[in-house]
Amino acid sequence: MTSVMTAALRRLLGMAATLLVTSFLVFSSLYLAPGDPAAFLVRGRSPSPDELAAIRQQYGFNDPFPVRYWHWLDGVLHGDFGRSYLFHQSVGEVLWSRLPATLLLVGVSTLMIAVVGIGAGIVGALRRGTRTGSAVLLLVTVGAAVPSFVAAIVLRSVLGVKLGWFPTIGNGTGVLDRLHHVVLPAIALSVTFMALVTRVTRSAMLDELRREHVEVALSRGLPRGTVIRRHVLRNALGPITTVCGLLVSGMLVSTAIVETAFGMSGVGSLLVQCVDELDFQVVQAIVLLVVAAFVVVNTAVDLVYPLIDPRVRAAGGAR
Amino acid sequence: MPLLSYEDLSVLLPGMARPVLDGVFLQVEAGEAVALVGESGSGKSVTARAALGLLPPGASTGGRVTVDGCELIGADAATLRAVRTGKASMIFQDPRAAINPVRRVGDFLTEALRLVGGRSKAEAEARALELLAAVGLPDPPRHLRQYPHQMSGGMLQRVMIAGALTADPRLLLCDEPTTALDVTTQAEIMAVLRALQQDRGLGLLLITHDLDLAAASCDRIYVMYAGRIVETATAAELLAAPRHPYTAGLLGSSPPLHGAPQRLTPIPGVPMGLLESAPGCAFAARCRFARPGLCDQSAPELEPAGGRLVACHLADTVLSEVDR
Repeated sequence: MTSVMTAALRRLLGMAATLLVTSFLVFSSLYLAPGDPAAFLVRGRSPSPDELAAIRQQYGFNDPFPVRYWHWLDGVLHGDFGRSYLFHQSVGEVLWSRLPATLLLVGVSTLMIAVVGIGAGIVGALRRGTRTGSAVLLLVTVGAAVPSFVAAIVLRSVLGVKLGWFPTIGNGTGVLDRLHHVVLPAIALSVTFMALVTRVTRSAMLDELRREHVEVALSRGLPRGTVIRRHVLRNALGPITTVCGLLVSGMLVSTAIVETAFGMSGVGSLLVQCVDELDFQVVQAIVLLVVAAFVVVNTAVDLVYPLIDPRVRAAGGAR
Repeated sequence: MPLLSYEDLSVLLPGMARPVLDGVFLQVEAGEAVALVGESGSGKSVTARAALGLLPPGASTGGRVTVDGCELIGADAATLRAVRTGKASMIFQDPRAAINPVRRVGDFLTEALRLVGGRSKAEAEARALELLAAVGLPDPPRHLRQYPHQMSGGMLQRVMIAGALTADPRLLLCDEPTTALDVTTQAEIMAVLRALQQDRGLGLLLITHDLDLAAASCDRIYVMYAGRIVETATAAELLAAPRHPYTAGLLGSSPPLHGAPQRLTPIPGVPMGLLESAPGCAFAARCRFARPGLCDQSAPELEPAGGRLVACHLADTVLSEVDR
């Protein structure tokens, strides 16, 4: 048991180290980006070189790089991501107001991916070689090839504009209206990921179906459904969980496209807007947030994995 | 009525030139230990699996297989479940592959009892503990919580045997139960199997390629070649005086356990694959006694010869004179 705790602790320390390195990379990459933040701040006016120098001084743009990084990191660790030049608000407030919409979008998409993707994968594996099985394979191939912006355009024009079943723009107000608004974006966001999860589920299930212990379980008189659930799906959970974990964080990135396509106000569209407008503080915060989500989800998957496959527990203890 | 009976069982797979099994006759009485001996690919495992209604996908079958009066060929799901959960159990060759690696040994032992037998968790666990002790494992309560990778191959095969006994079967089918184990463990596992078989009066069908092992642990032996039974006799008779050239060849190609070592005489050639077929005796091409015009023309039936059943045209002539 202690070896399990040690392994978990090591993973958590690793996570912290990764986040620290990430914060450095995020901060320095924006430092390298073209464009002068001071020039942005005074946009619309033509300041004298003295005024520009004063602004640089006031915002600390003249400080050496390590000092600026340290100030920023210190702020981030205290929950202060700086101020948005664009919104004249603290970055935290800006993000906070946009986050619920994005979380709803990602949440609904994750649910769709889990239910439809895993479900279709199971059907594809169990009905392999039949018409249903081939249909699943075809949909997987098509789905994996559809980029989310194409899916967004098609969904909007067919289900939104032509049939009028779903709103095509905005976030909506109230619980039901919000859900109604999020359906099309969620589908657009999840199509590719769904196809990936279906493919992984299908092949993991097929791998497990071939195992001798499945035949043995059947030979002991266990009903087929029970064997599928307890011995096939259960054993296939490892790859399925891993890929789902990777996808959740991948989806956060793709929200930039989908939210923009559907005119939703969320973190993704905020990122696009702030990149356009050179609002560095917000961009830094969002990139850090996405990376943090990625690292946290992956660490969570790592921590859950020994529960899924006990053999990993033994290997982890020995390492 | 015999506990396990095969009557003219044939199994044909699509795309194969000859049947996997071709008119198999075999019987196991209650409380009797019987061995089915043959090379890899001779159809022994298919035979054993047929007794649980486990046939390769796409197989077409003929003949009958009954376990304790239940017909298995073409049986419905309820009959299959009745046989698998109460009449016959199988012990597989490689326990590492045959037991789900991500579930606890306790799950393996109790799942059939709980999910099909309708027992409570406590009852099922009590039964599992009892059986783990019966197969000679040292610490049953601990083993229940262990995962398969935490046990050795020999221990795991004992778990497999305990798992087969949870259903209180009358028939044990053992498909090469010791092949995946090292030699000392093999002897222990066979001793456990024989003790359990005798204590509980189980019928036992031992599938093996090892004629000596078969003779040491079973009352009667069937020899299988290319999906057909070629000879059957009591273990003692078969070893003392084989009447089929193939049986004689098997004996000649393994070292004698007693007496002076002799030069081994392997059987020339290779077993007939599923993509080949012959109009006559399947063994004719490898048989040093084969008579052209006879053995390669018609397939011999299993007929009485020398106080047993032999499928060889020459059983009464050639081999009765050959002294091994």
